[in-house]
Amino acid sequence: METLTFNQKLGRFIVNWIFLMLVWIMFTTTFASHEILIGLITTGLISLFSIRLFTCCNISILSPVKIFWMIWYLGVFTVALIKANLDVARRVISPELPINPGIVKFKTKLKTNYAKMVLANSITLTPGTLSIDIVDDTFYIHWIDVKTTNPEEAFKEIAEDFEKVLLKIF
Amino acid sequence: MTYYEIIGGILITIGSIFLFLGGLGIYRMPDIFNRLQAGTKATTLGAMSLILGVGIMEGTWEWILKSFVIIVYIAFSNPISSHALARATYLRGHRPYIKSEDKEKMDAYREVVENDPKRKEVEV
Repeated sequence: METLTFNQKLGRFIVNWIFLMLVWIMFTTTFASHEILIGLITTGLISLFSIRLFTCCNISILSPVKIFWMIWYLGVFTVALIKANLDVARRVISPELPINPGIVKFKTKLKTNYAKMVLANSITLTPGTLSIDIVDDTFYIHWIDVKTTNPEEAFKEIAEDFEKVLLKIF
Repeated sequence: MTYYEIIGGILITIGSIFLFLGGLGIYRMPDIFNRLQAGTKATTLGAMSLILGVGIMEGTWEWILKSFVIIVYIAFSNPISSHALARATYLRGHRPYIKSEDKEKMDAYREVVENDPKRKEVEV
């Protein structure tokens, strides 16, 4: 496991704490002082014990530019999700079942494991693709309607839009 | 009927239609990978829209916030579970259904499984 300096640990702890506190407020949906106090203590303790487990990023993730790109990513992702559903619906309803399945691969430029995980999850939820495995920086994707088996073209077709935004966040 | 109830009702209807299509897809697709495709995507948007519909129908911001938390949870957990299922199925020796003639070229993952002893030993 990687060794962290005190500053890195502090940064991760704070990011973790803020995130958990947001979830706490969303679940309790109240700003009563005793609820907030208990929430601060609970989430603080949890994030203290899970510095290595839960956090992906240092405190730099909270900069406004990155938060803007995160919200942008959510938008891109939602559009892709709705498209994916209409696509699946079209394939399921049409009588001749228009599919041409296969497994393709492509390489990504993303470095950290968390970025790769987010990309793989997004690929699974976008039209006609399902991520099967990641080996180092190569993604193996089950594609319901294979248009090309060339890795570069497949990358352009499947993952380029997501990766552009993810490179700005991570 | 308030506006909240109308919007919530529409969202719940859309959600149930997508969930139905997901079920139909699981029935119609030829193999497990394609079934997972239909199952994951249609049920994700279906469940999201249904939960958001229930949240909006109640008409208070507490409910809407809580339904958003559940939606985020679904968006993270659903693809992970389907990925794990697909990978485990492949490593257990099931090969995807391939329509086209060129079967070698259409299955890029096979070479990885065959060259990696760690992945190969799972196969039965």
